[in-house]
Amino acid sequence: MMHPVIPYVIAALLFGLGAYGVLTRRNAVLLLMAVELMLNAVNLVLVTADTTVRAALPYTGGVFALFIIVLAAAEVGVGLAVVLQLYRLRRSVQVDELPLADAGPYAGADDDDPLPVGASR
Amino acid sequence: MTTADVLMLALGAVAVGSAAAVVATRHVVRAGLWLVVALGAIAGLYLVLTAELVAWVQVLIYVGAVVVLLLFAVMLTRAPIGASADLDRSRWPGLLIGGGSGLGLATLLVDAYRWSTVEPTSVGTAEVIGTQVFRAWVLPFEVLSVLLLAALVGAIVVSRPDVGVRR
Repeated sequence: MMHPVIPYVIAALLFGLGAYGVLTRRNAVLLLMAVELMLNAVNLVLVTADTTVRAALPYTGGVFALFIIVLAAAEVGVGLAVVLQLYRLRRSVQVDELPLADAGPYAGADDDDPLPVGASR
Repeated sequence: MTTADVLMLALGAVAVGSAAAVVATRHVVRAGLWLVVALGAIAGLYLVLTAELVAWVQVLIYVGAVVVLLLFAVMLTRAPIGASADLDRSRWPGLLIGGGSGLGLATLLVDAYRWSTVEPTSVGTAEVIGTQVFRAWVLPFEVLSVLLLAALVGAIVVSRPDVGVRR
C-alpha cells in the first residue's frame, strides 16, 4: 500500500528545480543537466501514474518512460555536439553571450583556429 | 505510513536535495556528480513504484551514459575545476517561474490525490514491459529507432567542420 501523492509531489518539485536551473544557468552544459532533471520529473509522473491508475493498456507509463529515456539520450548526444562546436567557434559556452545574428558560419572563429574554412581533416 | 511511503520519502528527499545542489552549486564538475545522486535516487523511486525495468534502464542509460557524456563535455569545454562565480545570471526570473511551476504543480497534484492509497498489483518486469512494447507500441518503437539514427547522423554532421561549408 502506498500514497501516490508522495512521488507526484517529488516530481513536481524536481520539475520546478529543473525549470529554475534552465532559466538561471549560463553554462550550456549545466543547462543540459537542468533539462535532464525536468525530463526525469516527467518520467517519474509517468511511472507513478502507471502504478496508481489502472488504464485500459497496462504498463503504458513505463513504456513511455523508456521512450523518453531514449529521447533524452539522443537529445544529449546532439546537444553536446552543438555545445562542443560552439566552444570550438567561440571559446566559450555561456549562453547569454551569444550574438543571435551572425554574418557567416565561421565569422566568430578565433584566429588560432587550427582548421581553415573548407579544409578537411 | 507504510514501508513504501517511508522509502519514497527518503529517496525523494535525496533526489530533491541533490537536484537543488545540481542547479545551485558553483562547481561545474560537482553539478555532474550531484546529478548522479539525483538520478540514482529517482531510479530507487522507480523500484519502489514497482517499475523494475525502467529503474535498471535509468541506471544504465542516465547514470551510465548521459552523465558520462555530460562530464566529457565539461572536460572538453575546459570548464573551471574550482568554484566559479559567473555560472548564474539573475536569479529572480528563475525563482519566480521555477518556484511557481513546481509549487503550482505540487498544489494541483495534492489537491487531485489527497491522501488516497493504492495497492500495486503487478511488477513492471522486463517481460511484461517488453510484451507491451512489441504488442501495442511497435510503431513508436520503430519511429524511435529512426530518430536515434537521425540524431546520430545529426551529431556527426554538426561535429564535422567540413560538411556544409560553401566553397
